[in-house]
Amino acid sequence: MTAVSSTKPSNASDRHALLGVMDARTRWRYLKDRFARWGVAVGGLGVIVAIMLIFFYLAYVVLPLFAPAKVTSHGSYALQPAMAAQQPWLLAMEEQAEIGVRLGSDGQAHFFDVATGALRETVPVIADGEPPAVAFDIIDRASGRFAIALADGSVRIAEHSYRSEFTDGVRTIIPGIAYPYGEGSLALADGPVDALEVRTAEESVLLAGVLPGNQVRIARFVQEVGLFGGAGELEADAQTTLNLEFAPTTIRIDPQQAWLYALSADGRLAFWSIRDLDNPQRIDLITVAEGESLRQATFLNGGISLMLAEPGSGERGLISQWFPVRNDDNSYRLQRVRDFKLPAGTVTDVDIEQRRRGFVVGTDSGKVALYYATSKRRLANFDVGDVAVRSVALAPRADTMLVETADGQLHRYDIHNEHPEISMGALWGKVWYESYPEPDYVWQSSSATNDFEPKFSLTPLSFGTMKAAFYAMLFALPLAIFGAIYTAYFMSPQLRQLIKPTIEIMEALPTVILGFLAGLFLAPYLELNMPGAFLLLLLLPPAIPLAGFLWTRLPPNMRYLVPDGWAPVLLIPVVIAVAVLAFSLSNPVEAALFGGSMPNWLTNELGIDYDQRNSLVVGIAMGFAVIPTIFSIAEDAIFSVPKQLSQGSLALGATPWQTLVRVVLPTASPGMFSAVMIGMGRAVGETMIVLMATGNTPIMDMSIFQGMRTLSANIAVEMPESEVGSTHFRILFLAGLVLFMFTFVFNTVAEVVRQRLRRKYSDL
Amino acid sequence: MNHPDTTAVDINRRGAGSFGEWYASGAPWVWFTGGAVAISAILVVGLLLLIAVRGLGHFWPAPVTVAQYAEPGQPARPLIAQLGATETVSAARLESAGIPVDTDQPFYDRRLVKVANRDVYGSDFRYLLDQWIVERSFPADISVFERLEWGDLFGTLVSVSEAGNRVASGDSAWAAFEQRHDRARDLYAQIEHIQDGEIGKVNYALEQLRLQQRRYELNDAFTAARKAEMAEKRTELDARYAELQAELNELQERIERDSITVRVQTGETVTVPLEEVVRGYQPNAMGLGEKIGFYFAKIWEFVSEEPREANTEGGIFPAIFGTVLMVLLMSVLVTPFGVVAALYMREYAKQGVITRTIRIAVNNLAGVPSIVYGVFGLGFFVYAIGGSIDQLFYAESLPAPTFGTGGIFWASLTLAILTLPVVIVATEEGLARIPRSIREASLALGATKAETLWKVVLPMSSPAMMTGLILAIARAAGEVAPLMLVGVVKLAPSLPMDGNFPFLHLDRKFMHLGFHIYDVGFQSPNVEAARPLVYATALLLVLVIVLLNLAAVRIRNRLRERYRALEH
Repeated sequence: MTAVSSTKPSNASDRHALLGVMDARTRWRYLKDRFARWGVAVGGLGVIVAIMLIFFYLAYVVLPLFAPAKVTSHGSYALQPAMAAQQPWLLAMEEQAEIGVRLGSDGQAHFFDVATGALRETVPVIADGEPPAVAFDIIDRASGRFAIALADGSVRIAEHSYRSEFTDGVRTIIPGIAYPYGEGSLALADGPVDALEVRTAEESVLLAGVLPGNQVRIARFVQEVGLFGGAGELEADAQTTLNLEFAPTTIRIDPQQAWLYALSADGRLAFWSIRDLDNPQRIDLITVAEGESLRQATFLNGGISLMLAEPGSGERGLISQWFPVRNDDNSYRLQRVRDFKLPAGTVTDVDIEQRRRGFVVGTDSGKVALYYATSKRRLANFDVGDVAVRSVALAPRADTMLVETADGQLHRYDIHNEHPEISMGALWGKVWYESYPEPDYVWQSSSATNDFEPKFSLTPLSFGTMKAAFYAMLFALPLAIFGAIYTAYFMSPQLRQLIKPTIEIMEALPTVILGFLAGLFLAPYLELNMPGAFLLLLLLPPAIPLAGFLWTRLPPNMRYLVPDGWAPVLLIPVVIAVAVLAFSLSNPVEAALFGGSMPNWLTNELGIDYDQRNSLVVGIAMGFAVIPTIFSIAEDAIFSVPKQLSQGSLALGATPWQTLVRVVLPTASPGMFSAVMIGMGRAVGETMIVLMATGNTPIMDMSIFQGMRTLSANIAVEMPESEVGSTHFRILFLAGLVLFMFTFVFNTVAEVVRQRLRRKYSDL
Repeated sequence: MNHPDTTAVDINRRGAGSFGEWYASGAPWVWFTGGAVAISAILVVGLLLLIAVRGLGHFWPAPVTVAQYAEPGQPARPLIAQLGATETVSAARLESAGIPVDTDQPFYDRRLVKVANRDVYGSDFRYLLDQWIVERSFPADISVFERLEWGDLFGTLVSVSEAGNRVASGDSAWAAFEQRHDRARDLYAQIEHIQDGEIGKVNYALEQLRLQQRRYELNDAFTAARKAEMAEKRTELDARYAELQAELNELQERIERDSITVRVQTGETVTVPLEEVVRGYQPNAMGLGEKIGFYFAKIWEFVSEEPREANTEGGIFPAIFGTVLMVLLMSVLVTPFGVVAALYMREYAKQGVITRTIRIAVNNLAGVPSIVYGVFGLGFFVYAIGGSIDQLFYAESLPAPTFGTGGIFWASLTLAILTLPVVIVATEEGLARIPRSIREASLALGATKAETLWKVVLPMSSPAMMTGLILAIARAAGEVAPLMLVGVVKLAPSLPMDGNFPFLHLDRKFMHLGFHIYDVGFQSPNVEAARPLVYATALLLVLVIVLLNLAAVRIRNRLRERYRALEH
């Protein structure tokens, strides 16, 4: 085979000589050998690295979730003289953050270039000769709608709007002011109002203004449908006047026009229900900050949470989040939910993100801070300078921010803030979501609208994972461990050769088949025959030893027909008979004890909700999937306990069972432990069975009659619809990473224990 | 045989003593453990039997019963149906479901019956109380027609018509139907051939042409010469298309000629164009031989045809094809990498702490949930690598992704990574089993290490690699969760392999047996109709996987035998 060259040197031990005289072919062979060595090493290491890459890639996708926001300054410029003279009522940007608008207290809207500050256009919202503007309100940031109250008590509604034009492929954005309800004004009061709040709905407008004498005037206008189908004039529809305990500094009404909030100069907050304008009711009067003046209040995106600026204590103001919460008796209360401490100074202006629950705060000490409400995170915090911040504005995409300072400078910042919704607290702790009666663990990842507050708590999913694994182990452990004990220790070798592969082959059974049987066969069957299942559980444990005892009573010649270690074969008919008996008794028992339907009985009598695809079904199906895993490893562990140990014990007079319990099992216990760990790892990560055998509702309930949603099933359900790179996408990766780490740790512990056990046996 | 007198471990027959003594010996516990084995064995065998019985039973031509359904308080209604399984339900449950049962009788047998004729009655299946189905008979002239749409049609054949004119009725109708049906099926096959084969080819060529043009445009190389050339090609293809379309229209006209009229259970008649009828038979008139023939014909249809009616009828050929092709691709990918990694770890790497750690890690990767591999495959292969490939090589078809979306190649690659640990572990085990003496003999004869590996060690360990590969295939064939993320679909428009260049389309989505089970069983609107097919699919999958595993076990045993011989 290995033809050695003809010039083989006589002294083969002289390696140098050998190399020196090698012919081309031999040299080629050695070269190949070296190539193979390197090739295999590189290839092998490459493969191993590639496998390890899984962990790092998952981590790489997940990590940005926890990164803080990045804010980059793009310098500042002075306000144009035309603008500088007036206090800013409104500072905003359009979608592309190319053009900004600043509305001064004189009713002039100035459009300017965000990058340079150059003035593009000035549009008077209040014309010369009209009564001066006295109050202002932002109605809706997304549509750019705002309202101005004039000194004569009338209110004008306008929008800053933009359209794009393309010439030669270059886009120009043209700003303008639009009047959605016409250029006229709506009459609210007879004289100037102190504070203004306006809400618009599809066909109606709600105006609210503060009048002298602690009064709030509310007027609703309805848009008549015009004669030819077009939108017609607004006509007064209803009007009411609220009498407050104080003169409000600011009033706010939520977009649903259900609640009115009024702030006072002495630190009080009045909470009114105005759903029925004819019958407004004060629900609460809360002292927020005794004796301090409250002026700033802004709704977060969605219009449910009210962010209230408070003076705080120790030179550090704070922002508190409030929303109405339903009580047990269906009444409402106003709940203080979270506090956000400012880095320094007191609040001068607040602006909100238009698509998420984030907000930005400017203070009188020149600080600007970026927060996220749901996750209670402060994402960024920086100094603008030593001067007070006058106004802050976030672009609609929350990627650009403008900050106006008291010295008449506009500062521009880029914000990179991809995943503010996530914090350890939001992922694993209880979070008080908007409109929820109390803090809770909720997984609800998506909805149709932008206003939705995503609820990303991994706790219910992890709980569901553990619950599924728990019930699976409850079913699998006794069967697998007991079965392994018998097979390894008592069973006759011939039978063992048959039983072991039979059970082990089930490990390869696709779980999709188990899931399908569980969901479409087992679940409906159990629903109809639930008492039978519990009867079986009751009858089987006594029936088996009883059968064993009866067997010992049989005449010896009959018993000798069955060789040693074939007990399972004897028991198979017993088990089948008991099962048949239990399920044939199911219906009579159900009729006698549970009024004919156990699920109904559970729901009506015990108040336990019943899901057809419940934990019992999952426990059985997934237990079935892990039995072979546990059985196989535990059986190996028991079987490989050195025979001299058990023989020594038996020789000393112990019964086989005593030998097993006192000698064999303690020796094999680490191996059985590792079997349980690996089985557990499999149950935790199993996807298809839970996906098909439960209703996949993410609830936290240990009941055996309810379903669950597991981490793995959640990935399978939501991953295909998830937008690449979004927070949701990364959280699903995080769920994958959690599963990965979990099973990896379990398996490593099991593997290390097993290897140690192996070493111990070799000592014995 | 055993000798009952030498009973050191003889716990089963410690017969003489009292119950207390028997109990104290721990024998009840032994019986308990034995019981656990018995239960496990019953579960395993029961599960396989359940799948086999339900899966195989579906294809048998069940007789069609003609009966009256006599619900109390209502006139009896005629019923033509295939009777299914019954279950015992308590009167209370039935009453709460709004059925007028007599509560004096505590239990009723509820029967699932297939009334078919979904177009007439709205649903194919119904739950009826068995004791109310009266006057049952099995007339020979009841026919079952499988249709392309609306499922089966049960009834009596009234007449056969040609272009609206009755040509046969009464007793001669069935013969006329059979003869004309053969003609219609023949025409149908021709239409299918033109639609899927010929026109598909033309469409594919047109699409390629469009992409070619887009590629030129992107590169600013769409010259006038090329424009003319393409226009010419396009005209040519358009002409071919028109030609095929004309042929198709003509065939369509011919196939539309015949129709049958069937009287259903309510007495109404239903007219069905013959082109719609896949198969017609009279189960009550069939002899045993005919039934067996029919049975195998149905099984053949199941494994060789395309699915119909949202996968609830017809065959599962595309799913079988997709599964096999994906597994083959995976094998091609996983074997070399797995073997090289095992070779490195066992033959070249220094056996120290690091290698041991790596070995444990690789071992444990086999226990990582498959869905995690799916997530990795989606993020890394599909979006990261696939997205880049699209940018570089398939810019002309953007924004529609080519490799930037799930497909058979990414699915195979993901499963290859998933099964890599299996192959590595099995191969390593095989390498470790080869006695040292054999290697040393080879080296002593002057072979280099590479030669020893290549010519001696690898051939000897090839059964171990085979075992690893078979186990990998068995695992991959049954895995569904990761595939749901990386390219499996419920209905793929075309197979990932066809007659159009480059023949193997690695970017295409595909169907898979396991996913088919999930999808049809859980996403299908007509679960009752789909259930038997799901059992049949499950049976096929189980058979494939059990056979593969048995093969692996056999190979492993044979391998052990061989080395046992070597060690002596």
